[in-house]
Parts: sequence; structure tokens; C-alpha cells
Amino acid sequence: MSDTVPDPASRPAVGSGFRLQWEPAQDCYVLLYPEGMVKLNQSAGEILKRCDAQRSVADIVADLEQAFQTTGLRDEVQAFLRMAYQQKWVRWL
Amino acid sequence: MNAPQIGAVPALAANAAAELNPPLWLLAEVTYRCPLHCVFCYNPVDFEQHKQELSTDDWLRVLREGRAMGAVQCGFSGGEPLLRDDLEVLVAEARQLGYYTNLITSGVGLTEARAERFKAAGLDHIQLSFQDSTREVNDLVTRTRTFGLKQEVAHIIKANGWPMVINVVIHRLNIEHIGRIIEMAAELGAEYLELANTQYYSWAFVNRDQLLPTRDQLIRAEQETDRWREKLGDKMRIFFVSPDYHEAKPKKCMNGWGNVFLTITPDGTALPCHTARMLPGLSFPNVRDMGLKGIWFDSEGFNHYRGTGWMKEPCASCEDKEKDLGGCRCQAYLLSQDPDVADPVCPKSPHHHLVEKILSEAETHAASGVDAAAPWGAGQNVHPLIFRGPQESRSLSSGSK
Repeated sequence: MSDTVPDPASRPAVGSGFRLQWEPAQDCYVLLYPEGMVKLNQSAGEILKRCDAQRSVADIVADLEQAFQTTGLRDEVQAFLRMAYQQKWVRWL
Repeated sequence: MNAPQIGAVPALAANAAAELNPPLWLLAEVTYRCPLHCVFCYNPVDFEQHKQELSTDDWLRVLREGRAMGAVQCGFSGGEPLLRDDLEVLVAEARQLGYYTNLITSGVGLTEARAERFKAAGLDHIQLSFQDSTREVNDLVTRTRTFGLKQEVAHIIKANGWPMVINVVIHRLNIEHIGRIIEMAAELGAEYLELANTQYYSWAFVNRDQLLPTRDQLIRAEQETDRWREKLGDKMRIFFVSPDYHEAKPKKCMNGWGNVFLTITPDGTALPCHTARMLPGLSFPNVRDMGLKGIWFDSEGFNHYRGTGWMKEPCASCEDKEKDLGGCRCQAYLLSQDPDVADPVCPKSPHHHLVEKILSEAETHAASGVDAAAPWGAGQNVHPLIFRGPQESRSLSSGSK
């Protein structure tokens, strides 16, 4: 698995030491890690909550396109996952 | 305390709401008791006067109220938090409530058996303090023999699969070892290393003449850190906490007064930061008397220095006032005896000459070899190191009254 270009068949999971959760007080998903927090915008939250070690990148793209009734999300999802991997927010299985 | 990386990726951070937000961080300082005697400890020097600790039930209520308000990070610190026998109970409740739970410890008391109980309680992360890469300096600045123990604790943390932050307070007695300190943290498998240049409050303020490094030492330490960053890549992240005396750059202390952090001290006093109790003319509520919501939103202590309305010149008309919020109130008070003025580390402050004088004295002390020859002994115009302890606390409190 390349570090930079997620293979459509690979399965991302939230990185170890990180926890994703919905925060009603913030009205958004947040990613928690040692002594810190990242507030996620809607698309980042929707992608990360699908990073469950079960779904492949292709599954996640298809799922999002269906949920938001749109097409052509692949590039955006891949770009986000590349960044997320660099930040260690996700790991590959 | 260490700088949190909240909203680390601005592009993804949600727009900050204009209205007052709830705290994101609940810092539970569960005890001032500590087996170590660190000369730079940030606990108040008069901690002996505030040692009546909250009960388990009080802490559980505080945790629930904080989480209900929206706090997401919970730090258990002290003193040494492991000295509380009920810490497992508190961690389990915090985790169950949905906090990300951080144990901030010297490691003393973290046995394998206890680590197992914390794992079962759902503890998310441990920050372990180290004082140096050498046994000599570790044992000197803590007045204990704990060097070997800390190494063992680091192995226990890794064996349990916790992410590990190693925190090292940096000062003149260990700054020359910074490369070896970084190497040691990497060898121990830390994910993050905080090189926390000493902030001069509390015990560190008392011992400043012996702790403040020279400008040249800092420059070399930062260069060495950069070399290691390059060498280690993303294997371990290194934070170099800005030495604000030298950088002449006021910090946005605690990320804003009453903005992100809610600290509860061992006796239940609620503070916007762990040292704010020293500020004159302010009263801070106690969780025994008031709910967290009222404390955060309505109390005089939490509202007093919120935002920029309290500022005088040169802060009031400064273009950077939103960026640094005038720096640190405790530092303003400690250096100028007036908590309402600009942080004296700022070159625009009318008190900045005080910081310049302190810095030039540090050069003199270092050049005279005071600390190198006998760090525990008195040199010219420098008192011996004062170690943190109950007796010293009582003596310093009576001296200041």
C-alpha cells in the first residue's frame, strides 16, 4: 500500500490513539487524541466515520455518493485520506 | 501545563462562534501531594494552605457536570495523581462519560497491576514526565532517586499500547543534554515529546536565577531539536514550547482566559489556569458551593479577564491584541505586581526592561559558573535551589505574608 495514493481496495481505520466522536455541544464530529482535538467539518466527519476497517476506499466513495446523492467524490475522498494518513488520523488495513 | 493542540488544522476547524463557548478541557488537579520535589513545579508555592482534597463523590459530580457542558478532554494531574487511591474510579467514570482521558504523571506509583486497572477503566493516554537523560540531573532536580523507575514506567505504558507523550521541562541544568533527551524519548517509543522550556511561575519563579538558560544555550537547543526532527521524521513529534522571556513574544496564555480550560484544584477551587489563584483582588468559586456552569459562565473570577475589555494601553490599541490577548496575567503580576498591565515579555510593555534585566543576569550567572560548579549550592547573589515540599511551602507562605 502506497503512503500517498490510497488504493481503492484498501480499508482505512481511525488511527491508534485517536478517537472519533460526535459532539452535540460542538454540533460536529471531533477527532480526539492525546491532549488535543480537531473539530471536523461535515465532509471530513462523514468520511472518517466510515473509516471502520471494514469498508474499502471504493466502498466509502460509493456510500457517500449514495448518501448525498451525488457523483465524482473519489478525488476529494482520496485527497482527504492522504492528508489524514499523513496526520496519522487513519491507518491502512 | 502543556500547550494543547486544539483545532490543529485550521482549514478543518469549524468557524469559532462569537458567543461564549463551554470549556473543552477539564483539568482535574486531584492532589497537591507529590513524592517528587521538583525545583520548577508549577503548583502554587503556598499549596500547603489548600490541601483539603475533594471527595470521590465531589470529583464524580465535577466530571459529569463538565461533560454535560461539552468538555471533551479530561486531564488528571496533580501533584502526583496516582497518590489518589480512587483514581481508577475517576478515570473509569470520565471515560464512560465520553471524555478523552489523559493521565499526567511522574510515573511514581504506576505499577503493572495498576496499569492493568487503568487499561480496564479505559484510560486513553499517559503523559510521563522525565527530568533529564542523566540520572544525576534527574535525581538532583527532583531530590529523589527515580531515574530508573521512569524508564520502567515508560515500558509499562508501551506494553499496554497507550500512546505516550513524554514531557521534559527544560532549564539551564539540562538544556545542554537536549539531543540525548530526544534520543532517549525516541528509544522509549514516545509518540510525542514536549520540550517544555520552563515557564517562570511558582517554584520555577523562586528558582529562576538557577534555571533560566542563556540565549546562546536556547539557540543551540533549538538547532539541535531541528536536527533531530529531520532525523526522526514523523516517528516522533517534538514540540518545543516557546521560551517567552527570550522570544519577547507574549503567549496567548491558556488559549484565552476562561476560553478553553477549566482547572479544578485539589480543594475544589475552580480556576482559568492552575496559577490564577495568586492574582490579587479576584475571587474564584469552589465546586463545593457552585455548579460548573455557573462557575464558567457567571462567576466574576472567570469573566474578569475574558476577551479584551479589561485591557489598558499599550494593549488596548495594539494590533496584536486578539492574537496574544495581552499575554499572561500571572506573569504580568509576578513581574510588575500589577495583573492588569501588558505581559512584560512584550517589547511594547513599559515593564519590558525588567525582563531584559533578568535575561542579562542569566548571562552573568551562567558565565560565573554558578550552576556548573555546584547547582545545589549558593553562588554570587543566588540562593540555593529551593525544593518543592510541604515544609518549604509553609516557610514561603509565611515569608510572603
